[in-house]
Amino acid sequence: MSAYSEFLLRMGDNTLILGHRVSEWCGHAPVIEEDIALANTALDLIGQTQMWLGLAAEVEGKGRTADDLAMLRDAWDFRNVLMVEKPNGDFGQTLMRQFLFDAFHLEMLKGLTTSSEPRVAEIAAKAVKEVQYHVERSGDTVIGLGDGTAESHARMQDALNFMWPYVGEMFASDDVDAEMLSTGIAPDLTQLRIAFDAHVGAVMADATLTIPDSTFAHKGGKSGFQHTEHLGHILTQMQWLQRAYPGASW
Amino acid sequence: MKPEITQIWDWLDQVPDPEIPVISVVDLGIVRGVAWDGDTLEVALTPTYSGCPATSVISMDIETAMIDRGIEKTRIKTQISPPWTTDWLSDKGRAKLEDYGIAPPRTAGGPAHCPRCKSENLDRISQFGSTPCKAQWRCLDCLEPFDYFKCI
Ligand SMILES: [Zn+2]
Repeated sequence: MSAYSEFLLRMGDNTLILGHRVSEWCGHAPVIEEDIALANTALDLIGQTQMWLGLAAEVEGKGRTADDLAMLRDAWDFRNVLMVEKPNGDFGQTLMRQFLFDAFHLEMLKGLTTSSEPRVAEIAAKAVKEVQYHVERSGDTVIGLGDGTAESHARMQDALNFMWPYVGEMFASDDVDAEMLSTGIAPDLTQLRIAFDAHVGAVMADATLTIPDSTFAHKGGKSGFQHTEHLGHILTQMQWLQRAYPGASW
Repeated sequence: MKPEITQIWDWLDQVPDPEIPVISVVDLGIVRGVAWDGDTLEVALTPTYSGCPATSVISMDIETAMIDRGIEKTRIKTQISPPWTTDWLSDKGRAKLEDYGIAPPRTAGGPAHCPRCKSENLDRISQFGSTPCKAQWRCLDCLEPFDYFKCI
């Protein structure tokens, strides 16, 4: 598989798996406004998935569709970062993961709007407007809960401590990233990290939360080398209909 | 005989948005082009939000409306660039939204006034609403909640 194909799968699998995770909240959020916000965020992410995986399937040129890639690949073929497959935990953990991903996603999409590949730039220009809304809301919620009651503060600090080791993978450059950078398709991850740290640092300061003093990073998701045990469970739920009734549609 | 393109725009202007039926798909600004390709009518559509579930319903509604007018073959082409913006809502569409009780989008980022009592004493409940394109606001005078068509 070409580096370009790998990169498109990384973009599409991140939004697909996180979109699915966030959709698990539908009907379960603590208040209706949050329920609606989470469902809308999930919808945006799944919509973006259709564009990324649609392009990935075209570039692959084997006649597969976005649906085929989403519904008929197994865990080892997925290229999402480990963070997005982590279970939702409590509401605070879900919003902490959302903010950390959104802050990365925003910078990545901003960089992709000037991609040397026009199709990538088009998708990014569409998606970045939606992600601006996502990060505004997840950031506000992290601040509200972090700088909230003693209980909410403690839970948000736990969530940050839990999620932090999954941040590094998003910015860890490998051969695929190096080729995307040299061909002008995707931005420089080290530059994205600088913008990410500034944004996340400001939000965590407002939220009265302490960023862990560790650079340790769990890896293996975006390379497909080793996903967490959670991905297979997501896929059994997400794919069972297509697996049980191949070709089913409505 | 193939209908004129201007005639087709008029017909498209009678196809309602499935989620906000007071405005048409033309008012919404999502029809980006209409052209004949032989005997096939090609309609270029742009999605509002990428995950908007109404998009596929709109495609179907347009095809059905064209069949009703005697056009057998319609091809819907999805065009994502340039991305849809609320600036493309027609003035007619904005006025209809307000009459319907949905505050139209403004570059200032919030509604001008309550669509019900016109008060400017407003409060944002949530940036996300009943559909991807709307936010929830409330009026602090008449105390009614209302939808605001948010800018993108
Ligand atoms: Zn009012």
